[in-house]
Amino acid sequence: MHYAVVERWSRGRSFLHRRDARAKAGALLILLTAIGTAPGLPAALGGAYFAYLILGFAMARVPVTGALARAAAVLPFSLAFAAIAAISGDPARAIALAGKSYLSALAVLLLVATTPLPKLLRGFEGIGVPRFLLMVGQFLYRYLFVIAGQAASMRLAALCRGGFAKSGPAHGTRFRAAAGALAVLFARSYGAAENIHRSMLSRGFEGHFHLLRSPRFGPADWTFLVSSAAVTVAVRGI
Amino acid sequence: MHIPDGFLSTPVWIALDVLAVPAVGLAVRKTQREFDEGRIPLLGVMGAFVFAAQMINFPVGIGTSGHLVGGALLAFVLGWPAAAVVMTAILAIQALVFQDGGILALGANVTNMAIVGVLVGYLPFHLWSGGGATARSIAIFAGGFASVLVSAVLALVQLILSGVPMPAPVAGISVGFFAVSALLEGAITLAVVQALETINPNFIRKAGRPKGGAAAIVLAMAVFLAAVGVIFASSQPDGLEKLAMNVGISQRATNLFATPLADYEAAFLQSAWLRKAAAGLAGLALVYAACLAFGRFSARKRSA
Amino acid sequence: MPDSPLIRVRDLRFTYPDGTQALNGVCFDLFPGECVAVLGPNGSGKTTFLMHLNGLLSGEGEISICGVPVHKDTLREVRQKIGFVFQNSDDQLFMPTVLEDVAFGSLNLGLSPKEAERRARRALELVGMEHALEKAPYHLSAGQKKRVAIAGVLAMDPAILVLDEPTTFLDPPGRRALLELLKTLPQAKLLATHDVGFAGHLAGRAVFFESGNIASSGTVGEVVEKCGWC
Ligand SMILES: Nc1ncnc2c1ncn2[C@@H]1O[C@H](COP(=O)(O)OP(=O)(O)OP(=O)(O)O)[C@@H](O)[C@H]1O
Ligand SMILES: [Mg+2]
Repeated sequence: MHYAVVERWSRGRSFLHRRDARAKAGALLILLTAIGTAPGLPAALGGAYFAYLILGFAMARVPVTGALARAAAVLPFSLAFAAIAAISGDPARAIALAGKSYLSALAVLLLVATTPLPKLLRGFEGIGVPRFLLMVGQFLYRYLFVIAGQAASMRLAALCRGGFAKSGPAHGTRFRAAAGALAVLFARSYGAAENIHRSMLSRGFEGHFHLLRSPRFGPADWTFLVSSAAVTVAVRGI
Repeated sequence: MHIPDGFLSTPVWIALDVLAVPAVGLAVRKTQREFDEGRIPLLGVMGAFVFAAQMINFPVGIGTSGHLVGGALLAFVLGWPAAAVVMTAILAIQALVFQDGGILALGANVTNMAIVGVLVGYLPFHLWSGGGATARSIAIFAGGFASVLVSAVLALVQLILSGVPMPAPVAGISVGFFAVSALLEGAITLAVVQALETINPNFIRKAGRPKGGAAAIVLAMAVFLAAVGVIFASSQPDGLEKLAMNVGISQRATNLFATPLADYEAAFLQSAWLRKAAAGLAGLALVYAACLAFGRFSARKRSA
Repeated sequence: MPDSPLIRVRDLRFTYPDGTQALNGVCFDLFPGECVAVLGPNGSGKTTFLMHLNGLLSGEGEISICGVPVHKDTLREVRQKIGFVFQNSDDQLFMPTVLEDVAFGSLNLGLSPKEAERRARRALELVGMEHALEKAPYHLSAGQKKRVAIAGVLAMDPAILVLDEPTTFLDPPGRRALLELLKTLPQAKLLATHDVGFAGHLAGRAVFFESGNIASSGTVGEVVEKCGWC
């Protein structure tokens, strides 16, 4: 699956990878705010932040072209709006929409490309996000791989039998076949959840998740947070 | 429609983050009251299911196809608070891992899809599904329909309020497009619910007896009408800032937010953007801290 | 009393909520040091039987584990004594990293995070997976997943290992490696399997389930011959 790539990137050992998730999340929020609150996106500002982010990817030894391509996932949406803005006579706004959304996506990508998601979620707990919600996210991410795999094989099986979508039997029949497939996928997911629950009980689960160790926020993390915030603010000043 | 970062104006995203934080907090608390932590795998796996369900295409005709969004379906299976929690987790992971939707805009996307979308999707089911089989089918269809339409329209409104240029014809076409997606969501939701009930009738919740239904429906209608009203009223892309300036809110709001910070206004807070952002973030932090404190306090009260 | 059974089951009956009678009066003993194979056709009640042993399901009849009757108030003790390895490792490895997953059980027993981590590392060494501490479970092969799942129960220091179809997703080398691993583990073992060869190499005794009852028992060879099971 395509997001397995980011997952692989996130398991590197660079300086950025080793920083505490909270430090990186904090730096990201400051950068996003600086980009988000800028009036328009002058070329100098956009260029400077772009260079800054590229430097980050290089430092993290994440393939830069791969990252640039992935962040382009936002472009269909933002280019459509940018086009509307350009047509209605506001080219500055057009550039700002496309540029800001792309830079922001690139920044988020730098965070997840240097932090495994479970660590990131654990970091959010440190800043007060309810653990219940984070654990739901953790299980969601864990079983995404499993259930998406099942969905993919169901889709393949359906394609072999003529597919849900393109041609073949009457429209209503195909619609119901797709609904049936989803219902089966649902039932399997539900069954998997029950088995997971059983296996938790078997290992003595009594209603609370106890976690192994909390990450440490060291001096290097402080240094990173403060210096990246300083750079962000200084660049925003140009 | 997942709004990326860079689209919403600062007052809009801050306001929606401020709205989303306590709303999600409330949903989490209500969910915890109903599900113990042992049910976290169920919620997570249901989220993964909704994610994966996007890979299964439903034919729409003319060679195109659509897929399930899932907010209403989740609400019928898990109840609205848990559905809101699961949708929030989905949106957060989409924003982080897939760059689908922004981080600062997460509050907006959560408000639109996880809170309002789920509530509006659950409402018809809550109100009508106690009736006959037909009433129930209509309620399920209406839930799927309303949840997608209302969240999409809300997102559009937020974009317009942020001053994203939106000529009237474009807005009109968008709303038409949303209506089609919403019809599709209604049809998919109903078809999947029916298929699920043949597998195991217990998958779908029994609707509780409606309580305060009238108030709820009025509220939902008000939200929806306001949303649609704003779209058609704002035939030119005015934007919230202009609107706010006209009524003088902007000045007052800035003063209000800036006051607690005034004494600490060090040199680096000189520039206007920093002050604005800092004031907004301070407001956000305040709400956040209040939620945190409230959560701690009530947790202690419960365990005492 | 060296000869008191680790598992003692008398007249166990269970009906699923949908009316399926899955167990009809099962009697069974497992003694220290034994390894017993549970054979039988699909749907004969093997999994249902195993799930009663640590109270995941509860029917009529008596079950005691190491002399402790299985009961709502003894579940904590019973679940520490029985290490249950599920058929599908994906259901069992739900934490984000191998280390956290293996430590899950010890943390539930109330051990300190430090002690839990120490035990987890030792269990992973026992199964030969100490190099994968920080890996995500879904990046492991089926055989590695099975090893980690076994480590997850070994970390709780159980007296009995219960394995449901342990060879399902394994290739022949993985199966052989699992066989070698299980041979080195000192715990008494109970394994439900369709893999007669595997059972033959490992188990000294077999019971054959049929329609929710033990229809036959003896050595694996005897049972296989008597029931025409190959
Ligand atoms: N959750 C359930 N609800 C209803 N009936 C069930 C359930 N699980 C199992 N059964 C039924 O109980 C009977 C025993 O099932 P069980 O899973 O214990 O068999 P098994 O011997 O483990 O089979 P297999 O070799 O396929 O794993 C079967 O008839 C099965 O259909
Ligand atoms: Mg079985």
